[in-house]
Amino acid sequence: MLENYFPILLFIFVGLAVGVVPMAFGWMFGPNRPDSEKLSPYECGFEAFEDARMKFDVRYYLVAILFILFDLEIAFLFPWAVVLNEIGLFGFMAMVIFLGILVVGFIYEWTKGALEWD
Amino acid sequence: MSESARIWANLILILAAVFAFSALLSWIERRLLGVWQDRYGPNRVGPFGILQIVADSIKLLTKEDWVPPFADKAVFVLAPTIVAVTALLAFAVVPIAPDIGVVDLNIGLLFFLAMSSLGVYSVVLGGWASNNKYSLLGGFRAAAQMLSYEVFMGLALMGVVMLAGSFNLRDIVAAQENLWFCVPQILGLATFTVAGIAEARRLPFDLPESENELVAGFHTEYSSMKFGLFFIGEYVGITLISAMIVTLFFGGWLGPLLPPLVWFLLKTFIVIACFVLLRAALPRPRYDQLMAYGWKVMLPLTLVNLLITGAVVLSAA
Repeated sequence: MLENYFPILLFIFVGLAVGVVPMAFGWMFGPNRPDSEKLSPYECGFEAFEDARMKFDVRYYLVAILFILFDLEIAFLFPWAVVLNEIGLFGFMAMVIFLGILVVGFIYEWTKGALEWD
Repeated sequence: MSESARIWANLILILAAVFAFSALLSWIERRLLGVWQDRYGPNRVGPFGILQIVADSIKLLTKEDWVPPFADKAVFVLAPTIVAVTALLAFAVVPIAPDIGVVDLNIGLLFFLAMSSLGVYSVVLGGWASNNKYSLLGGFRAAAQMLSYEVFMGLALMGVVMLAGSFNLRDIVAAQENLWFCVPQILGLATFTVAGIAEARRLPFDLPESENELVAGFHTEYSSMKFGLFFIGEYVGITLISAMIVTLFFGGWLGPLLPPLVWFLLKTFIVIACFVLLRAALPRPRYDQLMAYGWKVMLPLTLVNLLITGAVVLSAA
């Protein structure tokens, strides 16, 4: 069972090398001539002002929370989908009810405007 | 050939092929865009301009490799590595031909989903670590977009899993012997393609790096090979999504006459060309349109597809 994953482990190491080696080459071959303009954050011709880590819209949080809800639901669906033929109609109806409850929540957040971005 | 030698050969060859092809893809894309926009594209370096990619990499390598003093240095360096490595790693489970493929996992599909969702870290970390307003905005956009589209990316594949009764990608290909899943799962194919484009941050869903609003989005402050890795990561992502679409919906290596490997590469290339055509043909939506499209259109659509497929599978059994 676990030896199935040995090639994956190898792949991680070789993949890491593929990611790191070009960067090392870039660091070795590239010039290094910093000046005061280069050392300031890029801001389209402005002098940089304020901290870059500014306040941001709460809706990004909201999307993340919704994602957690729906991703959990998908975690339930994965094992269900793979054995659907064995659990038959009972399993199917159970999932329909589960999805029904979820859709009620989905409609609620939709009408509440959690999906609006303007 | 011994077992471990076979694994090593597969591993090295697949990694090298994917990496080389993704690099080459930047040239292919520019040439194809040229065709569709009625111009030449890069055709000067080598035959048909194919050595353009060599010239580009030499140029990237000799640019200043710059880590901004105001950035979180460790995270700043880590981010471009993650993007290239996670996309490459997902190729470990892609069944290229009956005897070509790094590993045959019984949860291959889950492994692919896991690796493709890890990709979001690179973008968010890169955007945050850069300590630049454009980068930060690009990082936030990328996070919200990729999370939203990931929700139904998994859901879109449930129909395929139900029809094949397995997460193993080789079983899924074998189950398409008689009928490719693009026919019964046409809704799944449509939604998965949209989710895939959004996950790969490709036009028309490239809002995290939309040039005319955010300069270069999350990789504004990146230069040299670090920028190159983001670039290659994007192309590896395209190749990965195309290979997965072929595996899950177009019968993978299945096909008459030609050898399996040729079929797989041919199908994958056609899907990639379609992605490039999308870039040439479609404008970029506004961000609110993008999010509304994901949550209000695609998510209900995948749920409907799921229930229909479940009912059909049960009634057929």
